[in-house]
Amino acid sequence: MALIDRLGETLDKGQGSGIILSTVDSLLDWARGKSLWAMPMGTACCAMELIAASFNKFDFDRHGTFPRPDPRHTDVMIVAGTITKKMAPAVKQLYEQMADPKWVIAMGNCAVSGGIFYYDTYSVVRGVDEFLPVDVYIAGCPPRPESLQDAVFRLRERIATESIAPDRRREAVLTLPGSADISFGVRPGDHGADEQGGAR
Amino acid sequence: MTAEIGSDACFTNRIDPGVDELVVNVGPSHPSTHGVCRVIVHLDGEVVTKAEPVIGYLHRGIEKMAENRTYLQVVPLTDRLDYVGSMYANWAYCRAVERLAGIQVPERAEYLRVIVCEMQRIASHMMSLGSAAADTGAATMFIYAFDQRERVIEAFEELCGARLTYNYVRPGGVSFEIPEGWTERVLQFCRDHREGLEQMDRLFFGNVIAKDRMKHIGVLSPEDAVAWGASGPVARGSGVNWDMRKHDPYSVYPRFDFDVPTGSNGDCYDRARVRLFECYESCRIIEQAISQMHPGPIRTPGLPRLLAPRPGDAYDHIESARGALGVYLVSDGSVRPYRMKVRSPAFCNLALLPLLAEGHMLSDLVVILGSLDPVFGEVDR
Repeated sequence: MALIDRLGETLDKGQGSGIILSTVDSLLDWARGKSLWAMPMGTACCAMELIAASFNKFDFDRHGTFPRPDPRHTDVMIVAGTITKKMAPAVKQLYEQMADPKWVIAMGNCAVSGGIFYYDTYSVVRGVDEFLPVDVYIAGCPPRPESLQDAVFRLRERIATESIAPDRRREAVLTLPGSADISFGVRPGDHGADEQGGAR
Repeated sequence: MTAEIGSDACFTNRIDPGVDELVVNVGPSHPSTHGVCRVIVHLDGEVVTKAEPVIGYLHRGIEKMAENRTYLQVVPLTDRLDYVGSMYANWAYCRAVERLAGIQVPERAEYLRVIVCEMQRIASHMMSLGSAAADTGAATMFIYAFDQRERVIEAFEELCGARLTYNYVRPGGVSFEIPEGWTERVLQFCRDHREGLEQMDRLFFGNVIAKDRMKHIGVLSPEDAVAWGASGPVARGSGVNWDMRKHDPYSVYPRFDFDVPTGSNGDCYDRARVRLFECYESCRIIEQAISQMHPGPIRTPGLPRLLAPRPGDAYDHIESARGALGVYLVSDGSVRPYRMKVRSPAFCNLALLPLLAEGHMLSDLVVILGSLDPVFGEVDR
């Protein structure tokens, strides 16, 4: 990654390098977005829906998302379930073991905010974003497997905005379900939009 | 495998001179620990000399939270106890409340509870069988088992709108009347499920690799099963004929004709096979319950929303997919329980792990852990 980072920095300073950068960015973001291997950080109830999402009825593999319980092999950590204060150091350690670039999906109310365990309890971390940078939040207790698939599409949209040049992060495209895409600023491409239409 | 080298526990039992002992830490995030169990394993070569489960990674304080909720508000919390089989904790809790407050439940509600709990047993056992098979390397079996589980979950979704946390059984009855045509679909499922079970039996239990991996592994003697408080398929796999539905009957179970399958060797194979046969019995119970059920009220009429039972305590237990699940409630006369205690079968069964794993290979440890079928929401509560 270090080499690519420096390449982006160098190119960004040159004149007329935008065409090279945007082509490289599109290629990299396409490759990253279409084969998101997931680290299933399933701790509680949501882990059941995470398993259901990757099995026969919902079949996560068709979107290139494959659960792989090894932090070294994965791009996105799906935190599914309640994170207790005792579990949090292990989650953090696993996140740190993941190779860059890496993303986090907080699945379910417990991972988003503590959910039902927000009040009156002494042992639950109120949201995984207290110690991890979360990219996509999914509400639900537990969310349906379709929601998890939608989160992966959202994450692809987010990945599509990333650039190898430090100052060239593009603006996000907001896709609203069942309506035309609303784009803010430059539209980076149609990543994920075609499957999303197909899945609905 | 996530090794926490340098943690305190790794160095508690130092190496004897002359014995090459290796301490390996498995978990708390490990795909074959069925949740967030951490096991500190002492190895001599590849043979486990001591396995020590460390629990509490999913301790959410549900029992303490219940003290700040009204009796009705505790029901969603019980969903999150045993999240593979939410209906059981609902029911056990509601039985304790009903005993505490002296509520009489309508007959139709009891039948509906029996039907959903037996379907939940199928769903839970399918999860258990599938993961037990995946532990031995037979991932195909998981797909077939999950197919059956999804059908049960679809039926539940139709019934109460949730796939996993149902909140269906409430004090004094159940929350929803069954939708139109639901019983026919359930009966159709029971017929299809038997075929699915036979398929799984041939696919996995007849397989020589499965037999090699599971027979004579983690043998639990009936005496130990009783002495350690094991219940459910873990005890029945050892030949202990003890099923709450039969031997301490509750609800409308005495009206049904069903058998209690027991194993003979007490090994992982028998424990898994008992679960398979229990699914057949569950199908039988569901069919009888549907044929005996009559229209009627599904909730006790005139029940106040804020229950305030008289001071006292009550304990009630049911046979969950994991064993005897009991809830103990103390009331001080207010609208909130003074104390709730859950007697969790998964916790008692998990306590057997050090006893069963000793002397086996490290790769058998995950099979033994899978055969105990712990759910950590219920172990840690």
